[in-house]
Amino acid sequence: MLSKRIIPCLDVREGRTTKGIKFENNVDIGDPVEMALMYYEAGADEIVFYDITASHEKRDIMIDVVRKVAETIFIPFSVGGGIRTIEDMRDVLLAGAEKVSVNSAAVRNPEIISHGAAAFGSQCIVLGMDVKHVGKSEKIPSGYEIVINGGRKYMGMDALAWALKGQALGAGEICLNSIDADGTKDGYELILTELISSRVDIPVIASGGAGQPVHLRDVLTQGKADAALIASMVHYGTYTIPKIKTYLDDQGVKIRSTW
Amino acid sequence: MIAIIDYDAGNLTSVSRALFHINVENVITNDIKLIESAERIIFPGVGAAGSAMKSLIRLGLDDAIRQAVESGKPVLGICLGTQIILQESRENQAKCLGIIDGSVRAFSEIFQSKGIKGLKIPHMGWNRIALKADHPVFAGLKENDEFYFVHGYYPLPDNLSQVIATTDYVIEFPSIIGMNNIVATQFHPEKSGNPGLTILKNFSSWEPC
Repeated sequence: MLSKRIIPCLDVREGRTTKGIKFENNVDIGDPVEMALMYYEAGADEIVFYDITASHEKRDIMIDVVRKVAETIFIPFSVGGGIRTIEDMRDVLLAGAEKVSVNSAAVRNPEIISHGAAAFGSQCIVLGMDVKHVGKSEKIPSGYEIVINGGRKYMGMDALAWALKGQALGAGEICLNSIDADGTKDGYELILTELISSRVDIPVIASGGAGQPVHLRDVLTQGKADAALIASMVHYGTYTIPKIKTYLDDQGVKIRSTW
Repeated sequence: MIAIIDYDAGNLTSVSRALFHINVENVITNDIKLIESAERIIFPGVGAAGSAMKSLIRLGLDDAIRQAVESGKPVLGICLGTQIILQESRENQAKCLGIIDGSVRAFSEIFQSKGIKGLKIPHMGWNRIALKADHPVFAGLKENDEFYFVHGYYPLPDNLSQVIATTDYVIEFPSIIGMNNIVATQFHPEKSGNPGLTILKNFSSWEPC
């Protein structure tokens, strides 16, 4: 059977990995190529790069990082952040990324999903969703609403409806980020993850809230996620990927154990 | 020199980069002469079978691939390249190269016919393989090694002795097929870490008898 994937996420700003809480107070934590190699050798199943470079003019710096990563690691990796056009997608994919993820650009212009899927195949289009719990209403029947700008702007879109629409438009995977859980280290948003993952046919990567290995177990079992995104719990050496995988294996979660 | 066949089917640079990483000379090309003169051929690809076949025919590469196979030089198919070696695909009902007898089946159809529910399609991520027989291209792998897959369809040769390995996704499907001088993987060795690089290394020195 398929293994559940453990995916470190690197936020990259002007060519350096950074970590900030909710997009603020960013601190340089290393070279993204070196970090990618370290996680590749430690058994990461995939890597997500999120380009948080503010200026669109500096996109070439990220493309250069992508090219170097592609020469260094031989597992899939995706790139998101600042992808606004089909050309942006093409640049990232040609530089060697396996997948490209779109988030706010898809909210503003859903056709970028279908155009991207037609041009490059669904398997490389990831729909990134930032979601907040708002309570059920007529407009938001699932109780979860799509937000953008790091959670500052509510879009009046139901998260479940958007996930299903994204799938219909040709997204090959969903990266589901709970803005409420993000940065808390208290665990993933299990109800949201289960809600989305059980209703779509495409794989779902859970994001936001990972602080301990038990959080991964819960989201990969109860939450029905296909993969779990991790960041600070490994970036600062609190846990290592082999340690997390050993724990998950002991807990009966199928993971990739040799590499 | 290995020729990686370029037929506008997705990102071929990852295969090339993986080969360079293990010091194997290679070129991405749709030049028929270069393909003829290459010692080995890799036939990769992502995308849909129908449009891939159209590109192959337009570029005259369908015959180039058949000739490479007939010439006896080692040929490695990857993902869509593996599926296209068969006769036809359920994906767009595309007629394929017909180098190996058999067809390409859809997970969605087999799951429906068997009443299997709740599985994600595409089959995306890491999974194991069970080798049915020893093969020099797949030597040196560890029992629990996993490989990176991303596909909604799978190859099914008529002659099951051409199945080199299978993989379990509730159903057991062929994940490596081959005969004589051809081997073809449904997974991506170029994206499968060290076990994948081992396969590429083995292929680059494989002398089929």
